[in-house]
Amino acid sequence: MIIKRHEVFVISASENVITARQAVKKWAVEMGFSLSDQTKLITVTSELVHNIVIYAQNGTMLMEELDDKVRRGLRMTFHDDGPGIADIDRAMQGGYSTGSGLGLGLSGSKRLVDEFSLTSEVGKGTHIVVTRWK
Amino acid sequence: MNNIPTLSTLVKQHQKDLLIDWLKEQMASSAWRSDLMTEAELRQQSSEFINLFINALQNDTSSSIESSDWDDVREMLASVSHSRAIQGFSPLETATFVFSLKKPLFTRLHEALKNDVEALDAEMWKATVIVDQLGLYTTGIFQKTREEVIRRQQQEMIELSTPVVKLWEGVLALPLIGTLDSARTQIIMESLLQKIVETSSPIVIIDITGVPTVDTLVAQHLIRTVSAARLMGSDCIISGIRPQIAQTIVHLGVDLHEIITKATLADAFIVALQRTGFRISRPTS
Amino acid sequence: MDRIPILKIGDILLVSIQVDLHDRLVLTLQDDLTNKLVETGARGVLLDISLVDMVDSFVGRVIANIASMAHILDAEMLLVGMRPEVAITIVELGMSSSLKAVRTALNVEKGMDILREQIAAQKFEHPHDHQTS
Repeated sequence: MIIKRHEVFVISASENVITARQAVKKWAVEMGFSLSDQTKLITVTSELVHNIVIYAQNGTMLMEELDDKVRRGLRMTFHDDGPGIADIDRAMQGGYSTGSGLGLGLSGSKRLVDEFSLTSEVGKGTHIVVTRWK
Repeated sequence: MNNIPTLSTLVKQHQKDLLIDWLKEQMASSAWRSDLMTEAELRQQSSEFINLFINALQNDTSSSIESSDWDDVREMLASVSHSRAIQGFSPLETATFVFSLKKPLFTRLHEALKNDVEALDAEMWKATVIVDQLGLYTTGIFQKTREEVIRRQQQEMIELSTPVVKLWEGVLALPLIGTLDSARTQIIMESLLQKIVETSSPIVIIDITGVPTVDTLVAQHLIRTVSAARLMGSDCIISGIRPQIAQTIVHLGVDLHEIITKATLADAFIVALQRTGFRISRPTS
Repeated sequence: MDRIPILKIGDILLVSIQVDLHDRLVLTLQDDLTNKLVETGARGVLLDISLVDMVDSFVGRVIANIASMAHILDAEMLLVGMRPEVAITIVELGMSSSLKAVRTALNVEKGMDILREQIAAQKFEHPHDHQTS
């Protein structure tokens, strides 16, 4: 599988959420994703970049265009050196609380993509990789 | 380094002849599809492969095609396999591209090393291991491509076969027929939502009379569609629910209070009319 | 600072979102709407998102908040024009339940009709209600 191109975004303020979203949308359109898929991609980007801003204050998003000769894919890697997630299982189960909680929205985000992987260590940070294939 | 020829040096040395022999093998085999490819195209593909093959062999140390030395070769094979899958070659015809290289390779090895059994053995083994891996890799890509093609065709068929009907001003109907699987349901639902926007219909009747069974996954899709339609500003009425299907939905623990359900499409239609301010009456005679 | 304009059309506040939403903008809208509702005593809010291509959990929550707030201020909020792909994504994200209490309509025109009817009906029920200018 080859990575046709990639771009890195520094996430440190909520304005970066928009930059990241717009970039993802641009690539998704260029790659010919359906409107439905485009929306899922920018929404998951918004969710996960928001998480970085809220919980870790700063981090990065790596965007990669993949090609394994059979199909093309868009992969985003969200990384931060923030507090990490203590109870990953619970975080993955939780939906959106109707309370003030700014939910992590991880379980929902997982449903919007084809591949989802999350690693996190308390005190070290969180690393999430999502991929959507065309 | 001693003067014992190796697979790598032999292939490089005899590149031209190897290509000629290999081409002969391919075109002589029953797997050659002259109807799908010209000789010139085959020569071009084979020549490109041999070049990449030679380069990879020069650097290779592990005989494992997964290593980065073989990246270019794999990429080229994937491309060949992908295009052959789409053009209509069979798996065997596609794999033959790689496997037919064995005979010319072995012939050369035997000629050069016939007096050194051990060396011959080692290099032949190496050649076999590599060619087999490449052949299997090619087949793998072929399969993935075929699956992708089939998937797309299914999607198109589904889109063509589920029409959304405008029953009345502001009332759409989606009569579902046949068994619903997850993929089909998703596509149908997406096209329904699209139709809602296009026709600005505040009411949709989803009739499942013609659906024999609904599993939990499909029920979930149905419910999700109803939720999505509502978010857009359109209410759904589900008609034709049979007892077993009702049970499935209840087991899902879904709150049905917001979803209007009716036994028949006719009943649903009357409700739809009422909600849009109409009423059916018969003129008194 | 950029803000989203709020139009007053009779008894109804119309908000049409046409730009990419960032956090500050969304929260400012929430504040502005609250203030405007109190200021004008409007009885209805029409939130038009027909040009919005994405609603994430943050925006979703704010929309739900605005609806609750409007309700407390005796106004009805209607969310109109949600695009199919946005609706699908909200449902897949699992957010549809938090937006359950938000009423919706297909577009601004239909939304206006619904709100006007509702407001008129309420006026009929409570003829001594304070009349807005």
